[in-house]
Amino acid sequence: MSAQAETRKLEAQRQEVQGLEAQAPDTLLEVRGLTKTFPVRQGVISRWRGQPGRAVQALTDVNLTVRRGETLGIVGESGCGKSTLARTLVRLYEADSGTVKYDTLDVLALKGEALRGYNRRVQMIFQDPFSSLNPRMTVGQVLREALTVHKMRPAEQIPERVTELLSLVGLPPEAAGRLPHEFSGGQRQRIGIARALALEPECLIADELVSALDVSVQAQVVNLLLELQERLHLTVLFVAHDLRLVRHLSHRVAVMYLGRMVEVASTEATFATPRHPYTQGLLAAAPSLDPSHRTAAPAIQGELPSPLNVPSGCAFRTRCPHAFDRCAAKRPLLRDTGEGHLVACHLYDPASILPQAGAERAAADQTVPESRA
Amino acid sequence: MTGQSMTTVEMQSQSAASTSPLLSVRDLNVRIPTPSGELHAVRGVNFDLGRGEVLGLVGESGSGKSVTLRALLRLHRSPIQTTGEVNYDNQNLLTLPESRLRSVRGGQISMIFQEPMTALNPVLTVGEQILENLREHRGLRGKAASERAAELLDLTGIPSPRARLSDYPHQFSGGMRQRAMIAIALASEPKLLLADEPTTALDVTIQDQILRLLLRLRDELHMSVVLVTHDLGVVAQTCDRVAVMYGGRLMETADVNEVFAHPKHAYTHGLLGSLPDASAHRLPLRPIPGGPPDLRRLPQGCAFAPRCAYVTDACRGAEPPLMTVAPAHASACIHYDRLPELNAAPEAPL
Repeated sequence: MSAQAETRKLEAQRQEVQGLEAQAPDTLLEVRGLTKTFPVRQGVISRWRGQPGRAVQALTDVNLTVRRGETLGIVGESGCGKSTLARTLVRLYEADSGTVKYDTLDVLALKGEALRGYNRRVQMIFQDPFSSLNPRMTVGQVLREALTVHKMRPAEQIPERVTELLSLVGLPPEAAGRLPHEFSGGQRQRIGIARALALEPECLIADELVSALDVSVQAQVVNLLLELQERLHLTVLFVAHDLRLVRHLSHRVAVMYLGRMVEVASTEATFATPRHPYTQGLLAAAPSLDPSHRTAAPAIQGELPSPLNVPSGCAFRTRCPHAFDRCAAKRPLLRDTGEGHLVACHLYDPASILPQAGAERAAADQTVPESRA
Repeated sequence: MTGQSMTTVEMQSQSAASTSPLLSVRDLNVRIPTPSGELHAVRGVNFDLGRGEVLGLVGESGSGKSVTLRALLRLHRSPIQTTGEVNYDNQNLLTLPESRLRSVRGGQISMIFQEPMTALNPVLTVGEQILENLREHRGLRGKAASERAAELLDLTGIPSPRARLSDYPHQFSGGMRQRAMIAIALASEPKLLLADEPTTALDVTIQDQILRLLLRLRDELHMSVVLVTHDLGVVAQTCDRVAVMYGGRLMETADVNEVFAHPKHAYTHGLLGSLPDASAHRLPLRPIPGGPPDLRRLPQGCAFAPRCAYVTDACRGAEPPLMTVAPAHASACIHYDRLPELNAAPEAPL
């Protein structure tokens, strides 16, 4: 375990040396080599047999830079680690290794008062507003609690601030006296946003903010988020699986697969010229709104591998139409392929464009990936 | 791609010209008594389903789409009241004796659900669950039955089907479970498949695989499909015809291309208009104001009137009926001809 962490650290350092992404002055959040595993409870028999413990690889060596004031979309399928990443960033989960730098803070080392201060600056909004709000507290109590715990306002100014927050998210002042169950899904999500904004954060992490809402209501909450971001100069991490929404909201998009970052690029580049085969497949699989745009063959074959047993090398190789033998041998690192378009794929690695590697690749193209068999 | 749209067109013209509809629903009503008053969940729904046709029943949560689908097979139990006609094969399924309904339900008409884990029996192997259907509806037993069961799993794209027959549902992934459920549904060789949000719980790449599978099976087995979904992308990619529901009523029915290009109901128009398109990056969207209606306290007249941008006093009078407004295009909007053109279709493939 510790040896594994050690090698990962080394690998992360090596990437730093490779100059993964020049640290721009406007960087707000910088994640390097972030790794998180969840150990699986072992049964009595396997412990007695001395079988090694198993662990879900939720995040493997994740590197990510978030710029001040931008919206960064994080997309991927279930189990890709996008929610784990969000929760690790706000310290709801403790990372196994890696570093997270926020402004000048070393986030993973924060304790006590300093951690509370960080949690005030970086607020998370959850997918299901009903389970993240206390059903026995009125909306006013929820907001007051946030304001007093973090000493945001002197006691006498609190009622005024509650009204102000409610109007900020488009709710009437009377809403303060009501309980969460009296609101619709869209309104509850507004309450969740108001609670996050009570702490005047610099950065919002929105985990599937509108996924539970009806289409006609989604647009209302999306507009609210856009408006608040402009007014309050917020940096937003928008974690979602809805590609259409991510394209609409994000300046840049990070694509994850099985706990790894596979592609990070500007929204335009991600959607117009995706480079990683997984991103290409994911975009093709998303159902288009144009009925005349139909294809008969599925975009990506096969199933997601178990996170307990991630394939060696590139995690996507078992489903990738372009996989060649190098993909099984070596994990591709996230590297810049020009204009800040980061891709973790051997197809874009200068090393595999060498003559012998090219031949190797041509041969591999003729073999059928096992998932198609 | 063109091949596919060709078959769709052929099939539709065939069904329209040579044969009567496979299923014909007339004045379907479902009333659910609740402590706070009667909930009229489905209110006078009429539609026909052609042979080999995929009809998308689309709407938001609480619009009555799933309740409608379940009512077709009389799955609602007392005290829920289902009235109207569901005509299938010259018989009204809503008045058919239970014994005869059983041969239709699960036999000629099969159903698949959103969450396969709750629909599958966790203590029976997948093989046993397919065999049960084969025995009940096809009279197959023994070796012939297990051969057929393996064939069905193979048909739905499950690798090494023979070995997987003895697996339990919990040993399958979400996508595999949905495939297994489709295999069970297909065991009886149904003429009609009712699918209730079959891909909503699945990842987008698996959803893509399952939807293509359904379309392929429709072509190979000449089935009709009623697909209930809230996802307009899924509708655009799979359906031949679309029925849009809101507040327990059908608001619009038309060919899928027509609905997306020229919606003729203010609700459909608003719904399509509220989706982000490629050309307006980070600009405000155009949401439909308000929220879905409370079925216990429906407004007078059109259920969508309180949220509608084109509402007039006429909308708040009698509830507008579903009327033919163009060839093969019906709408329950009195202002169907006043709706502006939608913005240009999104250029990117999303």
